[in-house]
Amino acid sequence: VNPAAWTQKQQLERTIAALAVIFAILAPVGGISPYWTHQILLSTFFFGIAAASLIFLSAYGGMVSLAQTALAGIAGVIIGNLATHGGPGGTSKGLHLGWDPTVSLVLTLVLTTAIGLLAGAVAARSAGIYFLMITLTYSVIATLTLGSVTKISGFSGIGGISGYTPGWIGNIEAHPNRLYYIALGAAFAVYLLIRYILRTPFGITLQGVRDEPLRMSSLGYNVALHRTLAFGFAAFLAAIGGVLYVWWAGQIAPGDVDLPKTINLLVMAVIGGLVRIEGAWIGAFAFTVMNNYITPSTHIPGLGLGGALFGGSFNTIIGIIFLAIVVVSPDGLLGIWARFLDPRNLSRWRRTPAAETPEPAA
Amino acid sequence: VSQALAFARLNRRHLPLLVVGGLLAFALAYVLFISVVPINYGQGGWRTTNFGSAVHDPADFLKTVLDSVTFAAALFIVASGFALIFGLMRVVNMAHGSFYLLAGYIAYEIQQGMTGQGFTLQSSEVNTWEWLVPLAVAAPCIAVVGLVTQQAFLRWNQGQELRQALITIAVSVIVADQIIAHFPRNTSTGQKFGGNAVDLTWPGWTDRFVNLHVAGVQYSLARLVMLAIGVIVAVGLWLWLYRTKTGMVIRAGVDDEQMASALGINIQRTFAIAFAVGSALAALGAVVWASQANISSGQDGQWLLNSLVVVIVGGMGSIFGAAAGAILYAFVANFSATYLPTTGSDCCTQYSPIFTFVLIALVLAFRPRGLFGRGTT
Repeated sequence: VNPAAWTQKQQLERTIAALAVIFAILAPVGGISPYWTHQILLSTFFFGIAAASLIFLSAYGGMVSLAQTALAGIAGVIIGNLATHGGPGGTSKGLHLGWDPTVSLVLTLVLTTAIGLLAGAVAARSAGIYFLMITLTYSVIATLTLGSVTKISGFSGIGGISGYTPGWIGNIEAHPNRLYYIALGAAFAVYLLIRYILRTPFGITLQGVRDEPLRMSSLGYNVALHRTLAFGFAAFLAAIGGVLYVWWAGQIAPGDVDLPKTINLLVMAVIGGLVRIEGAWIGAFAFTVMNNYITPSTHIPGLGLGGALFGGSFNTIIGIIFLAIVVVSPDGLLGIWARFLDPRNLSRWRRTPAAETPEPAA
Repeated sequence: VSQALAFARLNRRHLPLLVVGGLLAFALAYVLFISVVPINYGQGGWRTTNFGSAVHDPADFLKTVLDSVTFAAALFIVASGFALIFGLMRVVNMAHGSFYLLAGYIAYEIQQGMTGQGFTLQSSEVNTWEWLVPLAVAAPCIAVVGLVTQQAFLRWNQGQELRQALITIAVSVIVADQIIAHFPRNTSTGQKFGGNAVDLTWPGWTDRFVNLHVAGVQYSLARLVMLAIGVIVAVGLWLWLYRTKTGMVIRAGVDDEQMASALGINIQRTFAIAFAVGSALAALGAVVWASQANISSGQDGQWLLNSLVVVIVGGMGSIFGAAAGAILYAFVANFSATYLPTTGSDCCTQYSPIFTFVLIALVLAFRPRGLFGRGTT
């Protein structure tokens, strides 16, 4: 770590990042209202983890995945089935196996990663827009399956999961700050893990596969295998986000992974910017704040409008914001930031993962 | 065993094919011979299904086949529009499902206005015009919505596939939310019902059963009409694409957009026509299928999935692919819903979405671009 060697942009960004982390650490003890810490910041952490898995695949694998919400939800359903107790005094539907929460946690991460590897292997010979279509079908199929297989979830889902956290975490319902710090730590760890993975030979190869799949293939690299492994890794990250989500919300239902929720995660990633991992948490934060503060009773200053545009709900507004971001700056807030700092760097402005993927040979 | 395999000229390369072939053969045998009827309702083992095997109950087997074929017709109508747009412009129109939903609600409102009846209509209260006019209003409406979307948001960023997909997702979010805000309405009181399920109604003359004189099957005339409409759309699309000048231009655009453009063809006009026709096909499919089933918010996701599966399975951007994909998907969906074992406490579970995944996985494993897809990914 040598701040003197950093560029001005890096210095500025890292100062802001350090301040944000310090603020996040001090927030629960520093008199910030619990609504902000446990509603907005906590959601930012786990949605950010799931969005980071999406951005990782998109920015470094050239695969835009819409399955990350479904994978997070699958992790939530698995831990809900494994960890909760049924019977008298039990609170849960599903299989309610009542296993040890730590074992359940590990199994959940392993199983979700395995599902991710399988789903990734099926889609691995595609990239770009085809990958988007295939993973969208995964997402819808997962929602329909959870909704119709009554043994593991059913339409109403599984509840009371937050009562079954591992002993080393303790009762998060009585001590919500514990979940806050676990989510913060997990988010930080995920960020560092992705940064580390990108520097390993695997990460470098993956970026080669993103840019030139044909050349990498003729150099002897197994393109499909690298995409599959990347998808499995992203499924692991999404699983972490999903477990944190069910501990926070206490329940998981097919409605938590349906098409609008899938699109919400994509909106977060796109608002942040599909080019850098940091964008995940920035986008998640921006989305969560809007989601919490734009209600039908909100008055948007200057527009003379309430939170309901044309009689619609929050979704109309988020749809218009999403549309504006994609039309104006496909690289999201971080793209605007990069342009703001460096007006000459216009090439970055146009760089989208789509533009990087070579045109399929007609 | 090794000698037998050598005799059949099989080696390790054939293993995946053998496994898939074996599974297919088992599925076929299960439907034809193996399955049995439950002794009591909700009881039984892995062999029990609702109707039992096809040999035991040919009438219900035939009905399932007909259900699949007629559902495939509706699937084809909707998905061919999606495939047309994707094939020509490489735009994945994620708003296709929202267009479908909007068309269904518009047609419902027109039909309610024409008949002046309450919320639910009997088929006998609807004549042919009161079915055709809602269609004739909804289809152009959706064509215009599609055209506006294409001209405003997709014309200036051609080639940026991901960005275009994201833009259509944003459009679908807005359209879906506005549908919930404004549809369906009670036409006389103006009361809104926030995306509730409503029924379009077939005209009265279709509301009867036809005796097919095969195994004593009586089959719904409305579903046969649906099949006829699907066939007419397929033949019409084929004639349009392969026997007219516009179709020739569209096919040239699919193969090489820049070359077609360089030869003096107004490719932008072609794009606009294809987008309008593709959106109108979503509307036609919506009117047809909403008359058979119903229309409710949330079906946008379902029909986006249907279109995606048909196009992924059948091959990206080909009309024949869309037909093949629609038939395969309809058979898998209907047969897995009807012929899966129903046992004990499992009675209400539907595993058919998992079989949709199996279908996609199998097709992509052998043909990454779908059955009729061309080129490389």
